[in-house]
Amino acid sequence: MRTLLAIGVIAALGVPAHATEPAKPSAKKYVVPRTESGQPDLRGVWNYGSDTPFERPAQYKDREFLTPEEAAAISKQIRDRSAQLEAGDAGTPIDPTGGYNQFWMDYFGQGANLRTSLVIDPPDGRMPPVQPGVKVENGGLGPDTNGTLPVRFRVGGINKDGPESRGLSERCLMGYSSGPPFVPSLYNNIVQIFQTGTHAVIMTEMIHDARIVPLDGRPPLDPALTQWSGDSRGRWEGDTLVVETRNFTDKTTSFRGAGAGKDLHLTERFTRVGPNRVDYQFTIDDPKTYTKPFTALIPMVRADGDLYEYACHEGNYGLPNILSGARQDEHEATAKQGGTPK
Amino acid sequence: MKLVAWISLVGISLAGLALANAAHAADKIARTPDGKPDLNGIWQTMGSAHWNLEPHNAAAGPVTALGALGAIPGGLGVVEGGRIPYKPEAAKQRADNKANWLERDPLVKCYLPGVPRATYLPHPFQIVQEPNTMLITYEFAGADRIVYMNRPGSRAQVDSWMGYNLGRWEGDTLVIDVTGQMPDSWLDSAGNFHGPNLQVQERYTPAGVNVLLYQATITDPDVFTRPWKISMPLYRRLDKNMQLLDFKCVEFVEELLYGKYRKGAAQ
Repeated sequence: MRTLLAIGVIAALGVPAHATEPAKPSAKKYVVPRTESGQPDLRGVWNYGSDTPFERPAQYKDREFLTPEEAAAISKQIRDRSAQLEAGDAGTPIDPTGGYNQFWMDYFGQGANLRTSLVIDPPDGRMPPVQPGVKVENGGLGPDTNGTLPVRFRVGGINKDGPESRGLSERCLMGYSSGPPFVPSLYNNIVQIFQTGTHAVIMTEMIHDARIVPLDGRPPLDPALTQWSGDSRGRWEGDTLVVETRNFTDKTTSFRGAGAGKDLHLTERFTRVGPNRVDYQFTIDDPKTYTKPFTALIPMVRADGDLYEYACHEGNYGLPNILSGARQDEHEATAKQGGTPK
Repeated sequence: MKLVAWISLVGISLAGLALANAAHAADKIARTPDGKPDLNGIWQTMGSAHWNLEPHNAAAGPVTALGALGAIPGGLGVVEGGRIPYKPEAAKQRADNKANWLERDPLVKCYLPGVPRATYLPHPFQIVQEPNTMLITYEFAGADRIVYMNRPGSRAQVDSWMGYNLGRWEGDTLVIDVTGQMPDSWLDSAGNFHGPNLQVQERYTPAGVNVLLYQATITDPDVFTRPWKISMPLYRRLDKNMQLLDFKCVEFVEELLYGKYRKGAAQ
């Protein structure tokens, strides 16, 4: 309950992040360090956590940036509220099933964003509408969603009839927020970038997904081959690593809860803009799902630590418990009605 | 004492072979700008070590419907000396595991395979080599491990299926010490297993442009009477535009693991 409450509070706040580092380039141009093969160096562990809203809240209208003072005040408000919630968790049986309490939460801004939204295009900071008739199911941590198979959203489910009635993350098939594209969420906003002369690897800690990006100009995969995280090809445009991804399956959404990803053309741009910062920008281009493309910018800051192993499936007692619990409920309901339980 | 002498003799002769191969190959192998062997690429073993590390005859497979396609090929064995030196009680456990193979083998359930089993599965894996860090990413189950080349003596903060991996160069050989592995992984599909105190030392030695000699020394005093070694070649996958493909097998085992909880399933 407390977990749900906490999430509700964040959603209700719906306010953007703080920043101490202005997003504007400084007068002195930053010279991007190079790897031993001469490429711009994007290596390392990066935190893409943010409390900037994905879409611009209505109150900001055309305003693209906060002042540093406004941002700092909002950030303090979010952190204070989190500390208050965490103090309230201490020593209480907040969730006997072992769900997430406030301790897990890591949705704080990383001191890198004065923007009022992560969406930077369209210029109003809002996602374009979906095409008419496109299925939109968002799932969620609360009661089951009124939806249909196939379940393409990540969290929650449409009922408890079988594994495919549940979200992709409950089945340990995809991460909650690890994409692609990866987007800031409540926790575990960590990615490590590896580089050789011929390949880059984008590895999110969540669901231990190592997306391998050939940089050697090879052709895309045959269209018959589809992959959960698509098929990525990369190239350098100046100091920016541009990754284009297609060949997604029909089993994921295009973005968030909308449509199906099979026709999605995802373009990601990674640009090192400072010693401890990489800007991550992605464009969703899927005319079957969205009426026009849109682009988000997420500043990432260097994280001081390692990726740990996210062995989801190996410890997935949640899914069998959800399903067997539902069967037990059915059994008891039948018994209560005087029927013969099978 | 006799045993120890025998082991060291085998060790020396094998090391000699590896060195001879390495010397022969040294002038031919690709190197990174810092002069280390360039192990970047996609590699795979051949053979049937994943079925059984020890010498084994071909046999019918467990799924009748698959017939000859599902039969298990024979194998010469990859264990130096032929047999794994189990302690008596552990040998019983291995036999028991083998008798209950499908119920117990963690790979049937699509669990992360652990090291060294990940290496000799019949799936390719890719080495991504940076000077201070390596990523070894496996097609099977999307398993991966990060190898730290610059922090000798550090220890696992927490156990994991793919272990804590510390690498270093000994000449042209990449040596990886793997600790902190979960006790639940197996070594093959013949019931060969380990305990929570497993230590694996892997050695990857170039033996030509497209071949690496892979050796792993397996130490677990709870289970084995002495450390023992496996060795086999790793071949570079030379297929045009070779890349790893999805083998996210979780989806393939849902019916096996959860089918009994499905609505309307016979309880």
